[in-house]
Amino acid sequence: MKDLYRGSLVRLCDESPEMLAKAFAKWNQDTEQHRLADDDPAQLWSEKKIKEQIEKRAENTSQSFRFSIRTLEDDKLIGGVGLWVASWTHSETWLGISIGDRDYWGRGYGTDAMRLIVQYGFIELNLRRISLGLHAYNERARKSYEKVGFKFEGRMRGEGLRDGIRFDSLWMGILREEWLAQQGMLP
Amino acid sequence: MLDIQTQLFEAQDIRFGPIDHETHPEIESKWTHDAEFMRLLELKPARPLSPAMVKKQYEAIEKEMDEEKNLFYFTIRAREDDRLIGKAMIEWVSWTNGNGFIRLGIGAPEDRRKGYGSQALTMLLRYAFGELNLYRVTAVVPAYNEGALRLFQKFGFMEEIRRRKALNRDGEFWDLVSFGLLNAEWREQQNGRG
Repeated sequence: MKDLYRGSLVRLCDESPEMLAKAFAKWNQDTEQHRLADDDPAQLWSEKKIKEQIEKRAENTSQSFRFSIRTLEDDKLIGGVGLWVASWTHSETWLGISIGDRDYWGRGYGTDAMRLIVQYGFIELNLRRISLGLHAYNERARKSYEKVGFKFEGRMRGEGLRDGIRFDSLWMGILREEWLAQQGMLP
Repeated sequence: MLDIQTQLFEAQDIRFGPIDHETHPEIESKWTHDAEFMRLLELKPARPLSPAMVKKQYEAIEKEMDEEKNLFYFTIRAREDDRLIGKAMIEWVSWTNGNGFIRLGIGAPEDRRKGYGSQALTMLLRYAFGELNLYRVTAVVPAYNEGALRLFQKFGFMEEIRRRKALNRDGEFWDLVSFGLLNAEWREQQNGRG
């Protein structure tokens, strides 16, 4: 059997809400990080409030599969990744990832975590497809997603507005059969 | 020119009205017993709902409208007798980005293909762009819903995203198509008509 949680650079794990809240409270203050990962306004939350948010979303484990990302080399907590199953009947699932610690951007850590979460989606959750969205200006993310096998499915024109500038959002998806073929796992 | 005389909620044969918690649950309950209606409008598994369940949903809708301020829900009524014939909404509005998702449906089969959907969409777009001042709207349509595909194409929406095989119904896989219309494009259409 495969080791679902261990890649070549990172591992997926669960953290105590205290530990995670501390890390997020720090990452949240990096607005570039927030504006790469999210489309809601950057906000500063207290560690206490973040901990409550984490505890609240931990209640919904039947549709939401969230992990923390730690480096293999020195066991450092660097970000989070997760799948949210919007519909089990259609196997419609959304992927979200953020590498909060900017020292680990552009070095393959995010892509390694992406490979693990996609694998988890297809061989543990037995999903049929996985979807994701990103800002068009997030070039690094797009390259990473393409490496993992996501295909471009469309663009929403001018969906976002930041610093007075309109930008598109991009939408990508990967089908189970595409992933299996890529892994050499097709029968 | 600012035209506040033309009513936002009045069209030729239909009008938008609020939810009626007394009489509507009974009617909408009937629609939910029509699996075709449910599968055209919803991605959730079709399931019949009793009037009591519909009433609960209405309460949840009005609570969300009131507290979250990002949902705008209208019932569609026939002007001739004010009977409930459908629903239309703008949901998941993102105020900072100026966008929202639109959805509408005509409940009873005998009320479909009479142009009510077009009239409702006309009002919904004027509301989204002229009242909420959104920059763009999105409509997500299953590829098997040919009526809806035609409607949004007719109104000048652009197909923006095609999520491959995102739906599984009757043992077949269907794409989920996402259409977009910008405020500027809509405004140009209005000027062209004027």
